Amino acid sequence: MLEIKDLRVSIEGKEILKGINLKVNAGEVHAIMGPNGSGKSTLASVLVGRDHIEITGGTVSYMGDNLLEIAPEVRAGRGIFLGFQYPVEIPGVTMVNFLKTAINEQRKFNNLKPISATDFLKIMREKQELVGLHSRLTNRSVNEGFSGGEKKKNEIFQMAMLEPKLAILDETDSGLDIDALKIVANGVNKLKNKDNATIVITHYQRLLGYIIPDFVHILYKGKIVKSSGKELAVELEKKGYDWLNEE
Amino acid sequence: MHMSEVDILEDVKVELIDVYKNNSTLINANVGPQVNNVRKKALSDFNRIGIPDKKNEAYKYTNIEPFFKGDYISEFSIDKFFKLNLKDIFRCDVPELDTYVVLLLNGFHYPNNIEVLPDNIIVCGFAEASIRYPEIFKKYYSQSADSSVDGLVALNTLFAQDGIFIYIPENTVLKKPVQIINLCYSFKNLRIFRRNLIIADENSQANIVVCDHTLCSRGYLTNSLTELYANKNSFVDYSKIQNENSISTQISNTFIQQEANSNVTTNTISLHGGLIRNNVFVKLNAGGCESNTYGIFLCDGHQHVASFIYVKHDKPHCRSNQLFKGILSDSATGAFNGKIYVSKDAQKTEAFQRNNNILLSDEAKMNSKPHLEIYADDVKCSHGATIGQLDNEALFYLRSRGISEKEAKQLLMYAFANEIITKIKVDYLKKRITDLVEKRLRGELSRCNECNIRCG
Repeated sequence: MLEIKDLRVSIEGKEILKGINLKVNAGEVHAIMGPNGSGKSTLASVLVGRDHIEITGGTVSYMGDNLLEIAPEVRAGRGIFLGFQYPVEIPGVTMVNFLKTAINEQRKFNNLKPISATDFLKIMREKQELVGLHSRLTNRSVNEGFSGGEKKKNEIFQMAMLEPKLAILDETDSGLDIDALKIVANGVNKLKNKDNATIVITHYQRLLGYIIPDFVHILYKGKIVKSSGKELAVELEKKGYDWLNEE
Repeated sequence: MHMSEVDILEDVKVELIDVYKNNSTLINANVGPQVNNVRKKALSDFNRIGIPDKKNEAYKYTNIEPFFKGDYISEFSIDKFFKLNLKDIFRCDVPELDTYVVLLLNGFHYPNNIEVLPDNIIVCGFAEASIRYPEIFKKYYSQSADSSVDGLVALNTLFAQDGIFIYIPENTVLKKPVQIINLCYSFKNLRIFRRNLIIADENSQANIVVCDHTLCSRGYLTNSLTELYANKNSFVDYSKIQNENSISTQISNTFIQQEANSNVTTNTISLHGGLIRNNVFVKLNAGGCESNTYGIFLCDGHQHVASFIYVKHDKPHCRSNQLFKGILSDSATGAFNGKIYVSKDAQKTEAFQRNNNILLSDEAKMNSKPHLEIYADDVKCSHGATIGQLDNEALFYLRSRGISEKEAKQLLMYAFANEIITKIKVDYLKKRITDLVEKRLRGELSRCNECNIRCG
């Protein structure tokens, strides 16, 4: 589904990613772990097409196409979703209007008719329940006045509504209490199937107690220094990141 | 030889005074004595002050000279226009709103079959009212619009012939909004003077909607003045929708005086127009008043929209809000000049002011001047102004969900405007204005939706 080869990325002249290689197949859950400043969020930004990033080398292919040439909204239409580390508040754009527009724009992209109002409301109720997002929040403007935890839940709610093929969750666990963490993990697990894939970017092992990854990668100083099964996360939690320097 | 701005405005002044002198019999003919009595002073005031140029602080960012020097004619007899059948030239879907509709054509009240209003509520032409209700005119007419300060107020007072008169007697609630539709239609460029007088007596309540349209591609130079008196405990909601062609100018002055515990909200929605200048003066004469002055303007091309707001707190325990927002693209320019004045006696005043603007192009320009002048020491006041672009983070967030850049911008612009629209209290009007603003933002509106006339 996704293949990253020797990806090199700079921001404002500073090299952040120094040759990343990663392959993600449908049905897999990948965890990317690493200390602050290792380049985790930059990798997520590249995948969704932020424009302040300079790609200096390498390739990223998604379903056989060069992902780097595709506009952000087209990436979304083709099934890529980012759960933001810091979701923005958009006063004046209601959740309902936002989601309906997003769904219909994606449907239009895929040559489907707009969703009917009744279907939309039905799905919305269903998914709201799945992630435990109170309806008082879906009646508001996007993320406006949401607590940190509510914003993260809202990301998972949007993911549930949009049913992406490749979901990238950027530090979705940070700032969550254990109940919220469980809800977020539960949402991710329920949405998992053999046709979609998830990349979970995280600093801590905590979330991985609830979302069981197939692969764990350690991103360190702009490179993936270690890739293994889920046991790597446990090891990392025990030893911290410092031992990476010694290796 | 190239004429300076001052010379041109001086010439226009002399021309206008001539026009008045040559037509004074006609201008004075169909109105009551109160309207004619103040003309002499208005003439000398106008002669002294003239048309404001850019040296005038209040008009520093609004250059009206190019619009005044145009080739306009004046018509002082309503008969000229009445050969037109409005039903043939005008079909607007706004009247489908459940409102009492009053029509004005080129500033003259156009007799339509308005339903008989209940409870002695009066809605009629200004000229007719000035003859029929001399007592009311004696008490209110020209009491708040001071012609000695502003040349354009003096000019309106000098030429005042017709407009709309509304009187809501005490303890009366106007059940449906009154909708005033101002139409401009002629075969030549025209100067239009409109004069409105609105009185909400004690414990009354009224909703008023004003729609301004140009129905053809002639240029109009409209000088509109409204005096609104909100007596004790009255509640008035006044919305104005401006949708005129790109070669028309509208100078609109609104003077509001509020008595104890009254509540007046004005909402000015400037959708389109060549030059629009909205001046709103609010004077809170007694305690417990609430004043809300809101506005949104959308301008592109070479349009200019300026808002000049002055809220004067004279007595304690009043509350006022000013909120103006603008979206400017292309080479459009805008100005906001807002002032809160709190006099020494006006303790416990709460007065807030905010002006936010979005520039969508490098050429668009906005001048914002928030201003507080406070002489009382126990008050809560704030002001603020921003001029910026659409929020890039929000734009990316929307795009990352599959929403195209164009659609995402629409959503954000609409969201920006929506803060003002949500202040409109009548639901179906809010919905209608929502539609109009959305269409305007999509570039689908250069006229009201259903109107048959293809104007500029």
